[in-house]
Amino acid sequence: MFRKIENPKDLVTIVVDGRELEVDATASVAAALLGAGMATVRRSVVTDQPRGPYCLMGICFECLVTIDGVQNRQACMVPVRDGMTISSQRGARTTQGGGR
Amino acid sequence: MRTLPDQEIVVVGGGLVGAAVAWGLARKGLAPLVLDGEDLSHRASRANFALVWVQGKGVGAPHYARWTIAAARRWPSFAADLLETSGIDVGLRQRGGFTFALAGSEMAMWTEEVGCVAEALGEDAPDHAVLDHAETARMVPAIGRDVVGAIYSPLDGDVNSLRLFRALHVGMLNLGAAYRPHSDVTEIVPKAGGFLLTGAWGEVLAGRVVLAAGNGNTRLAPMVGLSAPTLQSKGQILVTEKCAPFFPYTSTTLRQTDEGGVMIGDSQEADTSSIATDQDISSVLASRAVRTFPQLAAVNVLRSWSGFRVKTPDGLPIYECSSTHPGACLVMCHSGVTLAPNHAELVADAIVSRDTTLAGGLFPGGRFHVPQD
Repeated sequence: MFRKIENPKDLVTIVVDGRELEVDATASVAAALLGAGMATVRRSVVTDQPRGPYCLMGICFECLVTIDGVQNRQACMVPVRDGMTISSQRGARTTQGGGR
Repeated sequence: MRTLPDQEIVVVGGGLVGAAVAWGLARKGLAPLVLDGEDLSHRASRANFALVWVQGKGVGAPHYARWTIAAARRWPSFAADLLETSGIDVGLRQRGGFTFALAGSEMAMWTEEVGCVAEALGEDAPDHAVLDHAETARMVPAIGRDVVGAIYSPLDGDVNSLRLFRALHVGMLNLGAAYRPHSDVTEIVPKAGGFLLTGAWGEVLAGRVVLAAGNGNTRLAPMVGLSAPTLQSKGQILVTEKCAPFFPYTSTTLRQTDEGGVMIGDSQEADTSSIATDQDISSVLASRAVRTFPQLAAVNVLRSWSGFRVKTPDGLPIYECSSTHPGACLVMCHSGVTLAPNHAELVADAIVSRDTTLAGGLFPGGRFHVPQD
């Protein structure tokens, strides 16, 4: 779906739903996921429809993922970090634990 | 300026109150035209907390308690009628409501309020229970240690107010009403046995007119011999991200919507005319919410907004037909969600049958006319 237009200088390793990915160290989580061909990052709360990064600037809240155990983080607003663990979401966040 | 075709009856205001009345008029065979204001008009319908709420209402005003109870009991069949006329399910839930007390003084105050209403209504009083912390926790295990107790009333509930608004609008159009936005009415003049309604958009001649313009009624009512005084009362609400269900009931200050978001309210400011939200107030609302439900500490707030209540000097509605300008009626209240079935059925039916006594004549605007010595 997306194609890199330049080669990244530095790479970091992130774990997405249990799969290790080498990604550009300067990417946002959303850009890294899109670059890896992952267009669906969650299922919507109300209708269970597939959702993915859309606005890429923190407005639309479509790109919510769980990052290092914290639910509902906006993937487009979080830079990747070496060793980061990301998981896709299904349905609503829980209010038990997992919060910031 | 353009002149619209003459109308049998015009409703001024397309919020929850105006739309409910228009829905009711159309259901009885009239074809009302609803003239609504601008997108940025102050709209209580856009800022409400969506409760169907009885508990504690009508202290010192048993007629208001009875009016409210009647509405709450009508809600299930009204919701079914809305579904039938609009295809929209408004998400009515009447599983009961709590007023959570975070201090002994609050508990004493709420207990006295519901006690007063129960005493005044006698056998007609709706059920309520005064619960201590342990009894509250048995029903709502998620409450925090700071909750000293709660009042529980099984008749209370909520709806999805955005869908209620939409259902009334879609329903009234399906039933034969017409809707015209960007049509602020600035002047009403008696003409040809009816009323000429004018604004920057144009004018229309109406046989009858129903004022349902919220706080705008204060300006319009005297033009048809009525009175609609209001006080300034601003409320502010926080809304969180959608969460898995944790609170199946509702409460005065916190509810989880049918779609999962948590609405946290509701503040009262009497000394401001600014519509902007205030962060100090947001932090008080958030702090109380977290003390009530500690697990909310980890949840993100997505939005906050504020609105002006439609608040008369005694907080009760005004329902009145003009004696000096026959054919002009006024319908206004604070609780446009709770009272929607009464407006759509009782008030609208009375207007259709040209009964000039609305709601038993118990809520006239003239009650605020105090002789000045």
